[in-house]
Amino acid sequence: MTPEEAVLVGERRAVISGVGQSDVGRRLFRDPLALTAQACLAAIADAGLRPADIDGLATFPGGMDTPPGFSGVGITDVQDMLRLQLSWYTGGLEMPSQLGAVVAACLAVSAGLARHVLCFRTVHEGSAQAGGGRASVTPGGGGGSFRATGFMEWTLPFAAPSAAIWVAMFARAHFDRYGTTREQLAQIALNARRNAARNPKAVYRDPMTLEDYLSVRMISEPLCLYDCDVPCDGSTAIVVSAAETAPDLRRPPLRVEAAGTAIRGRPSWDQFDDLTTMACRDAGAHLWTRTSLRPADVDVAELYDGFSFITMAWLEALGFCGPGESGSFVEGGARIALDGELPLNTNGGQLSGGRLHGFGLLHEACVQLWGEAGERQVPGRPEVAVAAAGGGPLAGALLLTR
Amino acid sequence: MSTPFRILPRVTDRNRHFWTGGRDGELRFLRCRRCGTWVHPPAPVCPACLGDDLDVVAASGRARVATYTVNHQAWMPGPELPYVVAIVELPEQHGLRLITNLVEVDPAEVRIGMEVEVVFEAHPDDEVWIPLFRPVRGNGR
Ligand SMILES: [Zn+2]
Repeated sequence: MTPEEAVLVGERRAVISGVGQSDVGRRLFRDPLALTAQACLAAIADAGLRPADIDGLATFPGGMDTPPGFSGVGITDVQDMLRLQLSWYTGGLEMPSQLGAVVAACLAVSAGLARHVLCFRTVHEGSAQAGGGRASVTPGGGGGSFRATGFMEWTLPFAAPSAAIWVAMFARAHFDRYGTTREQLAQIALNARRNAARNPKAVYRDPMTLEDYLSVRMISEPLCLYDCDVPCDGSTAIVVSAAETAPDLRRPPLRVEAAGTAIRGRPSWDQFDDLTTMACRDAGAHLWTRTSLRPADVDVAELYDGFSFITMAWLEALGFCGPGESGSFVEGGARIALDGELPLNTNGGQLSGGRLHGFGLLHEACVQLWGEAGERQVPGRPEVAVAAAGGGPLAGALLLTR
Repeated sequence: MSTPFRILPRVTDRNRHFWTGGRDGELRFLRCRRCGTWVHPPAPVCPACLGDDLDVVAASGRARVATYTVNHQAWMPGPELPYVVAIVELPEQHGLRLITNLVEVDPAEVRIGMEVEVVFEAHPDDEVWIPLFRPVRGNGR
């Protein structure tokens, strides 16, 4: 890509100026809006800004009551709590993954609709599901007059309400076509747990062995309990600013090099054309059309791990290995370790760190690039990081540089 | 045999043919009269030729397991564990697929590529017939 062409990459007019995160825990039983305040105020201060400087607000998925704890906090809650005067805002579900809210913020500052956009994502699934387990999130689980609609029309009548089942079917197809094994898939979970041990906020920090992984109970074959992320409570906030505001900021911001937002296949789990990959295939390929950087330039990767197999799909989608090669790519785990060729999910991801739903991974990418990751800091002053979120028909990725 | 608990779909004018075809033992889809494309999930426009003249037709009811999972987790009351959730693909058209349950099969015997056929679970009080699939047995059946 020539510099002339690069001018057209609008997201490059955006920078990430600050990040913040609330307390994170398996079950905090705290007001989700209080967690959100903690994260947002931390991110604004981290950028060297004051709430009065914030003129844009973005979130995923917006305020909603169900599934329990998926989101208790929307745009209006935060605008009103902080009495923000907004020039632009957005919140919703139908966007290129959880990170779609951050991509939208980049476009807003690029277009001049706002200068500093506060992006946030709050979950309180840990507390909200307490007692009922994850089964409590199944709509209509109690029977009665509930009837399935939308995509759930094609899944709920077959007792397939969970992404665990949908992802498991993709993993099975990958295993069948490419010979991928559980021992290979395990490396995603084992790597996450190793890194979580160095992250004081991670939910699960005790050591995990391959034997532990292979002997834990199955959820949906070939996915076992440790292939599933852990519901938690927590809020993450990211401030996206216009690049020209850099002199006003506390420290040099991170550059947004490129976004990947494409979906070319059909937008559902069961109708997607290739059952061994997902929409990440399209978002990943799209990202590399918007930069002259290549996969080999990436120093740290924070790839969505709502389920371990989704990370495998992202590794292939972003070109770190070829289609079907993620199993051998992660074999043994050395390549994806903190001191490996491609440090992966350096804070423990969602599998061990907690299901902060994409934003936790982006937060970690930023912290790593700023060199502020403490005990889990990737050596060698990483310069390029990729954060990717979403599974199935949801996919979005951001390439960041310092 | 009592009808097992299921969460049922909301039947609408758009999907009624699919969820009620089982009353007549038929697995029904929309199909474009102009170009022959099968359209699923149902939509008012043919994605191939953009025509809007869609007919309701019965598929053979045969399919192939495109992928599957043996599920061990109780996500909802009702199903006996473990149970098999599969995506099956119909021979009528490449990519014509649906999520279903495989029944009358030992979960350990399920394989990708397995030939299956539709069998309906009736919920007549709700006017819904759920299409499930079971292995196709040998010619001697
Ligand atoms: Zn047509």
